[in-house]
Amino acid sequence: MSTTTDTSVTVHIPTPLRAYTGDQGTVTVTGTTVGAALRDLVARYPELEANLYAEDGTLRQYVNIYLGDEDIRYRDGVETPLETNAELSIVPSIAGGRSA
Amino acid sequence: MFATPDVLDAICAHGEAAYPEEGCGFLLGTVHNGRNHVEAVRRVENRRTEHRERRYAISADDYRAAQHSAAEHGLDVVGFYHSHPDHPAQPSATDLEEATFPGYTYAIVSVQEGTATVLTAWSLAPDRSRFEEEEIVRETPTSA
Repeated sequence: MSTTTDTSVTVHIPTPLRAYTGDQGTVTVTGTTVGAALRDLVARYPELEANLYAEDGTLRQYVNIYLGDEDIRYRDGVETPLETNAELSIVPSIAGGRSA
Repeated sequence: MFATPDVLDAICAHGEAAYPEEGCGFLLGTVHNGRNHVEAVRRVENRRTEHRERRYAISADDYRAAQHSAAEHGLDVVGFYHSHPDHPAQPSATDLEEATFPGYTYAIVSVQEGTATVLTAWSLAPDRSRFEEEEIVRETPTSA
């Protein structure tokens, strides 16, 4: 039976998070939107949740999600629709310095 | 972290070249038994538009470019480095607040009056509460 939840997408995992995905650099999840795919990702790999999400349930500020070559911020954010075989990437932005 | 002398020298050189601003870049390498083996560095522009003498920023687009470049050589992004102009090579409160995922190596080089003096390496604790210092193990470059 075909369902709208069968949209299969690939997620590229940054190096340090692969310890939580069985050392896989890419994993397959399902979801018709970016948000749904990420929820499926943390359901399959629960240790990712604390790394990706803040306590209020939003993505941590340094976590950027790309659909193909485009940051989802420039589309519909987590509501961005996905097609089968879409590729998502989890990409951190880095900051710091000697003082505030 | 494990690194060759060339890698360590490159980090120091960039810190000196960026002085009095903070220089930054990527550590590229592989992961073995949970330890990062750094084989190359990739300089990147400090994307801060102000206060570059005490803050740095690396964009997600820069990360993607570094990841693609690393992959072409069979490597991954295993961490980052930045310099502290006229400041110790110790993680600051800002460094901790802005830290991302445990598992990356964060290298910091202190550049005193234009000269690199101390280079340290750190990893974020699993509970994100602090940085833990990593031993820097010098590796002999493998011959081609």
